[in-house]
Amino acid sequence: MTQTLTPGDQTAALRDAGPRLARGLLAAGGVLLTVALTFLGLLAITFVIGRVVPIDPVLAVVGDRASRETYDAVRLAMGLDDPLLVQFARYVGAVVQGDLGQSVATGRAVASDLARVFPATLEMATIGILIGVVVGVPMGVLAAARQGTWVDQVIRVVGLAGYAIPAFWLGLVGLVLFYAKLRWVGGPGRIDLFLDGMVPVRTGLLLVDSLIAGNWAALRSAASHIVLPATILGFFSLAYIARMTRSFMLEQLGQEYITTARVKGVPERVVIWRHAFRPIRVQLVTVIGLSYAGLLEGSVMIETVFSWPGIGNYLTTALLNADMNAVLGATLVIGAVFIGINKGSDLLYRLLDPRART
Amino acid sequence: MISRAWLMDEDPATRAQARAGQAWRLARDLSRNPLAMVGLAIIVALLVVAAFAPWLAPYSPVEGMLTNRLQPPSAAHWMGTDELGRDILSRVIHGARITLYIVMLVAVISAPLGLVIGAVSGYFGGWVDRVMMGLTDIFLSMPRLILALAFVAALGPGIENAVIAIAITAWPVYARIARAETLTFRRSDFIVAVQMQGASHARVIALHVLPLCMSSTIVRVTLDMAGIILTAAGLGFLGLGAQPPLPEWGAMISKGRAFILDQWWVATMPGFAIVIVSLGFCLFGDGLRDVLDPRQRSKS
Repeated sequence: MTQTLTPGDQTAALRDAGPRLARGLLAAGGVLLTVALTFLGLLAITFVIGRVVPIDPVLAVVGDRASRETYDAVRLAMGLDDPLLVQFARYVGAVVQGDLGQSVATGRAVASDLARVFPATLEMATIGILIGVVVGVPMGVLAAARQGTWVDQVIRVVGLAGYAIPAFWLGLVGLVLFYAKLRWVGGPGRIDLFLDGMVPVRTGLLLVDSLIAGNWAALRSAASHIVLPATILGFFSLAYIARMTRSFMLEQLGQEYITTARVKGVPERVVIWRHAFRPIRVQLVTVIGLSYAGLLEGSVMIETVFSWPGIGNYLTTALLNADMNAVLGATLVIGAVFIGINKGSDLLYRLLDPRART
Repeated sequence: MISRAWLMDEDPATRAQARAGQAWRLARDLSRNPLAMVGLAIIVALLVVAAFAPWLAPYSPVEGMLTNRLQPPSAAHWMGTDELGRDILSRVIHGARITLYIVMLVAVISAPLGLVIGAVSGYFGGWVDRVMMGLTDIFLSMPRLILALAFVAALGPGIENAVIAIAITAWPVYARIARAETLTFRRSDFIVAVQMQGASHARVIALHVLPLCMSSTIVRVTLDMAGIILTAAGLGFLGLGAQPPLPEWGAMISKGRAFILDQWWVATMPGFAIVIVSLGFCLFGDGLRDVLDPRQRSKS
């Protein structure tokens, strides 16, 4: 990118800096508007879902023996007689203030429940994406560099497996193999039962907390519990990242400047990593962002299989209890994080890649 | 009359000949891709198994012998038996019907919906386009699985509701594709010619725009099938899709979870069925894309 700019281009770039800044701000404003609209759309969807539920919220409060008058009075007090738009505005106002209602199952505010379980998901998804990037990117580069060979074919099969294997099934198979048969890893849950609650909660990330506390037994136990679910989660992001890296790399390797470099006698390793890989880094940021968001979603299944006390497990438990406030709250939070990462990586792409700005 | 020369004729005399020739070329290109043929074989096998399930299955999918419960795979029960003594192979075979039913229904609902929205949006342009694509983008940037979960939670568990939930989250992709496709030819001479002959907008869209969006949509639907199967199985696994005693693959895995450590076959066998069928759609979709949509050809 920068090395392809001639001095003339650079002065031109400096001259254009003023209007470009204005245009950039305008574009950023547009992006912010679409982000706001998307969040509003998400709220509208959860609101509508909350409306179509066949559970009568008034009945849940007054019970089925209440008189007609009590029922109507409560209905009025709950604001269910107001126009839908008014109700929606009230709902948006409550959510913006962090009020997601009460959970029927836990008896606590959904927002505080979610704040408690979210770090567990964050921890697992973060380790998952690290695995995905550290393994997936080199795999994709390798596949492109050795295009058409058996290495490429193996990586292609791994990539396809990521699309065809159900995450929850792979989790179960992993449990049977690595926990029950081989005893390599810890079983379901975040930590061994007798160590549970031994580490003071600071960040909610168990690995970090036990590190701060200097509790090595807890750290080892937590690590052996997280390694399997995080690896399985990482496998799915790895499949996607490797596939995308491969196709980006092939696109670069087909360019004429690569041929020039090769003809010049530049070593193949330098051609691959410096000439071809550098320009695709920005595109990869977007892909990694997308797959990180996807992991937060994919953790729903994995968490259920591994009894991982994160947001996915919270959501599925709430689903089975018909605890609608909890379901909608969790949907809203996962959706918001998903949209946030999605749009964030989009924005980052525009900022980092000059080609995307025009 | 139908010969290779007739099919390959550069100058087809009738519309039927042109169509037949096109189909023949497509089939020929596809048959040169071994992976696509593997995918096709899997899909055909799924169709056959689903169609002839009662004749192919050695035992009943719902009745079992409790004295025969949790038996490991053997000559009599190739995939073993489950906690109620039912033959797992027979249940997997009957489960093919449910999977096919879900996949077909989702495709039949979401693809036309997305197609029409995308084509209308691209054809009219202007504020219609902006509003409809804004809506599509909002749906596109939502997490699909979570949204489907929430919809099923609201509608109640069951196959039909699972289908509706998946379809609601699946259409935006097709809308995007159809719009992009429509934009490439909406100012073309043949569209203007039909318009000047007095055709209504509805007629232009239905007879001249939509057919041209078909091939890229079909490719995308085939590629999406694997995702739909996985989502449906996931809903079944969480107890939100097909309800027992229906032999839905995801629900079967969920049942087998309780015995996973000692009787591994109960949960793993249906999983193999899911993997094979999803892989089949992936491979065939990839091949179809290479043939129908050369612009997006995967470089391999």
